[in-house]
Amino acid sequence: MSGLETLTMAKALNTAMRHSLERDPKVVIMGEDVGKLGGVFRITDALQKDFGEDRIIDTPLAESGIIGSAVGLAIRGYRPVCEIQFDGFVYPAFDQIVSQVAKFHNRSLGNVKMPIVIRIPFGGGIGAVEHHSESPEAYFAHTAGLKVVSCANPADAYWMLRQSIESDDPVVFFEPKRRYWGKGPVDLSDASSVPPLHKARIVRPGSDATLLAYGPMVATALDAAKAAVEDGRELEVIDLRSLSPIDIGTVVESVRRTGRLIVIHEAAVNLGMGAEIAARVQERAFYSLEAPVLRVGGFDTPYPPSRIEEDWLPDVDRILDAVDRSFGF
Amino acid sequence: MSLHGHVPPEPDLVQLLTPEGVRVSHPDFPLDISDDEIQALYRDLVLVRRFDAEATALQRQGELGLWASCLGQEAAQVGAGRALRTQDMAFPTYREHGVAWCRDVDPLTLLGMFRGVSLGGWNPNENNFNLYTIVIGAQTLHAVGYAMGVTRDGAVGTGEPDRDTAVLTFFGDGASSQGDVNEAMIWAAAGNLPVVFYCQNNQWAISEPVERQSKVPLFQRSAGFGFPGIRIDGNDVLACLAVTRMALDEARSGQGPTLIEAYTYRMGAHTTSDDPTRYRLSDELETWRLRDPIERVRAYLIRQAGAGQDFFDELEAESEALAVRVRAGCRALQDPSPLSVFDGVYAEMTEELAEQKAGYAEYLASFEDGAHQIDEPVASS
Repeated sequence: MSGLETLTMAKALNTAMRHSLERDPKVVIMGEDVGKLGGVFRITDALQKDFGEDRIIDTPLAESGIIGSAVGLAIRGYRPVCEIQFDGFVYPAFDQIVSQVAKFHNRSLGNVKMPIVIRIPFGGGIGAVEHHSESPEAYFAHTAGLKVVSCANPADAYWMLRQSIESDDPVVFFEPKRRYWGKGPVDLSDASSVPPLHKARIVRPGSDATLLAYGPMVATALDAAKAAVEDGRELEVIDLRSLSPIDIGTVVESVRRTGRLIVIHEAAVNLGMGAEIAARVQERAFYSLEAPVLRVGGFDTPYPPSRIEEDWLPDVDRILDAVDRSFGF
Repeated sequence: MSLHGHVPPEPDLVQLLTPEGVRVSHPDFPLDISDDEIQALYRDLVLVRRFDAEATALQRQGELGLWASCLGQEAAQVGAGRALRTQDMAFPTYREHGVAWCRDVDPLTLLGMFRGVSLGGWNPNENNFNLYTIVIGAQTLHAVGYAMGVTRDGAVGTGEPDRDTAVLTFFGDGASSQGDVNEAMIWAAAGNLPVVFYCQNNQWAISEPVERQSKVPLFQRSAGFGFPGIRIDGNDVLACLAVTRMALDEARSGQGPTLIEAYTYRMGAHTTSDDPTRYRLSDELETWRLRDPIERVRAYLIRQAGAGQDFFDELEAESEALAVRVRAGCRALQDPSPLSVFDGVYAEMTEELAEQKAGYAEYLASFEDGAHQIDEPVASS
């Protein structure tokens, strides 16, 4: 596969793994049902058929085991790409991620790298039962030693996963599961125009206020920006892409121009990514701000039953409401 | 007869050297070993104990923040450690000072994390001895992952003695309750991995006796996972060597995992912060003192191998020299620079961390009186 293609995000992710497997014999894919089934979301579809059971590993059903064994593989020189089946299933692996994966390079005085990618389908909006719609990114962004990213479109899905697999640091890779089937153009051959993994991107320029989102909320923010045109407001939309490290420079530069910032994520606002971004922006762009940094996110409740998730999740109206509040300040 | 009335037979305890120092044979585990080799094992045991005692003393004198003594478990560790081949990989807990010794890891290196000058502090691949792991049982999963790598590298069952590789992972009776240990055994069984699970049952998980962890002898746990388990006299260095060697051989040849329960006793406290008088009786300690792992080898060497006084005198001198080196070396371990905390966090440091480091450096440099002087590491007197 090469050149410009139109792919779903699912296919882009699948293609990124395929190309990584072809490029580096040390890359292995591991997780629950990633083999014959191709994963519950089919992201690893057909990889086992083409690369064999030694490289596409159906693991026993134990998340700590998936990550802990990935640590051992990394010590032996492999580059494991682990799939956690759903966001809410990552917690059994929390110790292995936070105490082992994140710290090993440091503990070994830099002698042993942990080039492990932990793919996690995250976020809601798919009508799922509980533990299948969560946004646990802040737990991992809070942990030194991990890098945390989230893609929002098929092109980023492809290139960011390629870059994550090539990273010598562990990367927690959050995939917006409700956007898996959205299509977009992916230039598979031209790596030169691809931004660095940890760089944010302005996806819609505007002058009146900045909307900052990542993962599943980027599309929602773009919809809000389109709707705001009717109100005579030009909203800039930034796709943060990297949650740790944060490309705060791009955000601050935007705020200096627009004077207003609204951070949007599905995760609960309390101690979420928005809290950190608000703190950093007021530290660096205090005199540029025309209004407090506002957050639109999940409420500080468990993720709701799916019949009311559309009420709970940030949507265009709640974003525009926040924009109004920003202008009304 | 009822299911709950069924009492399994008392487990066999593989022993090749009695507490009185008498060599005994075991039909399934013959050990072809010369008296010179037994003398070498004795040397290991004595030096490990001396190092361990010195480290305990250094903690009491404020030179170490903490020490986890291996007193009483020297045979379990040296026997296992000497069964390893160069290419094999060991995954220790934080108490395997005897195994580290066998892997030629300098004892001073082990002191770094206990003194507080490092968070681990060595290269696992240099001596094929992984970093100490404090979260109980986590390392057993690293071991099976490593064994997955060994298998994928084609380093199992080739018949080439320098190529076939086994993995030896250590844990304790307390760790046997951890999910990670159980997951590791499932992984090893499902993948028929070249890993040996070496449980030092030292009877106590801090204050909890092994009865709080298991109603069955720990070695029997392996049956449920689908691989062999065996209990050995963990205070008998010859039994530990013979059985671990066999288990590693079988792992290297592709026969899969084994669980070894080395039945031993933690003669000291859990760590220097612990007070075992609050939870165990001294007569238990006396019982185990009679099964000392070193005395029995000494008795054997004197009575049956004709070791002369010279050997013991020379070893005593070597032991004292080690203690002096450890003491001086420990006190000379330098504190890291405050700025060094930033350096190893990532293979590729992030811009935001570099910025934080620069800001902290600037802050430290702002103290005119040098109170935060950073260029000169703080060495203790």
